[in-house]
Amino acid sequence: MAGVSLSDVKKRFGAAEVIHGVDLTVEDGEFVVFVGPSGCGKSTLLRMIAGLEDISGGEVRIGERVVNDVEASDRGTAMVFQTYALYPHMTVAQNMSFGLRMTGNDKADTEARVSRAAEVLQIEPLMDRRPKALSGGQRQRVAIGRAIVRDPSVFLFDEPLSNLDAELRVQMRVEIARLHGELGTTMIYVTHDQTEAMTLADRIVVLRAGRVEQVGRPLELYHDPANQFVAGFIGSPRMNFLPGTVVSRGDGRVRLRLERGGEIELPLETLPREGAAVTLGIRPEHFVPAGQGDCDITLEVEVIEHLGATSFVYSGTRSGAQIIAQRPETPESAEASEHAGERLTVAIPAARAFLFDDSGARLR
Amino acid sequence: MTAGTGSRTATRRRRMTLLHLVMVPLAIVWLFPLWMMVVFSTMPDSGIFSPEIQLIPSTHFIENFRALEADTGFLRTLFNSVFVAVIYTVLSVMLTSMAGWALVRYRFRGRGVVLGVILATLTLPYFVVVIPQFIMVARDFGLSNTWIALIVPPLFNSLGVLFMRQSFSLMPQDLFDAAQVEGVSEWKIFTRVAMPMARPTIAALSIILFLASWNNYLWPLLVASDPSMMTAPVALGSLIGFTRVSWGGIMTGAVLLTVPMLVVFVALQRHFMSGITAGAVK
Repeated sequence: MAGVSLSDVKKRFGAAEVIHGVDLTVEDGEFVVFVGPSGCGKSTLLRMIAGLEDISGGEVRIGERVVNDVEASDRGTAMVFQTYALYPHMTVAQNMSFGLRMTGNDKADTEARVSRAAEVLQIEPLMDRRPKALSGGQRQRVAIGRAIVRDPSVFLFDEPLSNLDAELRVQMRVEIARLHGELGTTMIYVTHDQTEAMTLADRIVVLRAGRVEQVGRPLELYHDPANQFVAGFIGSPRMNFLPGTVVSRGDGRVRLRLERGGEIELPLETLPREGAAVTLGIRPEHFVPAGQGDCDITLEVEVIEHLGATSFVYSGTRSGAQIIAQRPETPESAEASEHAGERLTVAIPAARAFLFDDSGARLR
Repeated sequence: MTAGTGSRTATRRRRMTLLHLVMVPLAIVWLFPLWMMVVFSTMPDSGIFSPEIQLIPSTHFIENFRALEADTGFLRTLFNSVFVAVIYTVLSVMLTSMAGWALVRYRFRGRGVVLGVILATLTLPYFVVVIPQFIMVARDFGLSNTWIALIVPPLFNSLGVLFMRQSFSLMPQDLFDAAQVEGVSEWKIFTRVAMPMARPTIAALSIILFLASWNNYLWPLLVASDPSMMTAPVALGSLIGFTRVSWGGIMTGAVLLTVPMLVVFVALQRHFMSGITAGAVK
């Protein structure tokens, strides 16, 4: 086992720099998830750690060793791909043992490792099948098995569950978490799905356009986002953003007027100037009933999604200024629920609201 | 059956009849010369030029073959053709595969230029190349009447390189990355992962290359004039003399030249069935 550290790591494709100096330390045995929208560089960063992409600048260490110029095969990592990457002309057993066989590993040891991995992943009955005779979930298990037999010091996962249906995704997510618990090996996992990130990670690294926006424990990112991007990315449905202007300040408090109407006062350590354009963030689940918060806002209900335990009320989807409010759902509330076209008044509690300046930085 | 289904069936039947009316005459036009080749191969020259047209094979095949063998040593030339075609196909598939692999797998300066040059050579007529190639091989290297002269010069086949490059580039690159991370050497990734997956392409390319070598007339004619090194098409060509042409022998030789092609095609055609990559990736 080994930790991974990146210092000022850069990647250029020709003249275009896509990773702009990333610094990160992954502790030995830690489960770290890289998360971010498409094209943010998370897969590129993972492939740089794996040795599948050259490093244009900076330093990558696995354990104590600088691996910038070390071949992928000698880095002691194992990788699981989104596409499974199983060799179609080989059986499951051959797929799992291929790397060990090709590198001259002892035959008995190879067989022992393969059968141990098959047992851990419960794929023993599938060993003589070809990949095309397996379901998506089974293929992904085999791909994970192929990584396990190498007994790597670091596991790298590149969106391994993206091709699975919703139910299987949840099931495999639990399996990967269990596997991490059993093996205790360092795992770096790339996903664009923030639910996967929140549920699996010891720490999450949020990336945007080749830069690290924030690193932290899942709940830390949820409760204390560093900026508007992280605030919007972590949490589902995403945080609501309401533009406003500072109308007064002083005494450790700032008062702002929301563009859509209403004023709210928030406690702040660093006060923005009067007239500054700011954005107030409030999560859908943090709205409270009208009159119980610090600022009431009225929503034109456009769509209501009933999920059973809870429901989401959508407003402003047509105007682009979408606001989503979450409401608890009970048999009684379902009866009395609002309908599309009606109005719903909810309140923002100042204690649960976030404030961002016009550059998206958090105001605390 | 509803009226709609009935009328659809009738329409389909009409369409099929029309199709057959067009296709059957076309097939006859195409097959008739081949059939006559078989018929002529079983007739003496006198029968071939008889005013009565005969459409049924006769019994003179063995005699024709004996005459052919006596005139040209045809069995030896047939062996030469098989040997040259097999070795050429194997070596050319290996060479073009490796070139195709390099063009897909490696990012190197000038990769686009190399590909462009290979593409450009496709536009050159063979006859433009053959004379300088002949001068180089026969005069400069003195390799006339050798296996090397017959096999090596045409080995690099641009079409084959493009064929294999296309095949490799359509494979999921994750497979090769996965093998690379597993510590598998580049050569083994090529031979154990890429080549088995390219089997349908290799089968198709092998047939193309085998036929190209088998039917090649001009190059063997230039570099292998010695009867012991002559290939079968050249030997057959040598039967067309100024004073006498042995049509029975030529037709017998042509029949014998067609059989191996059919064998190769039938043996490899199942590999055309693709789908080998099914299940590799979702």
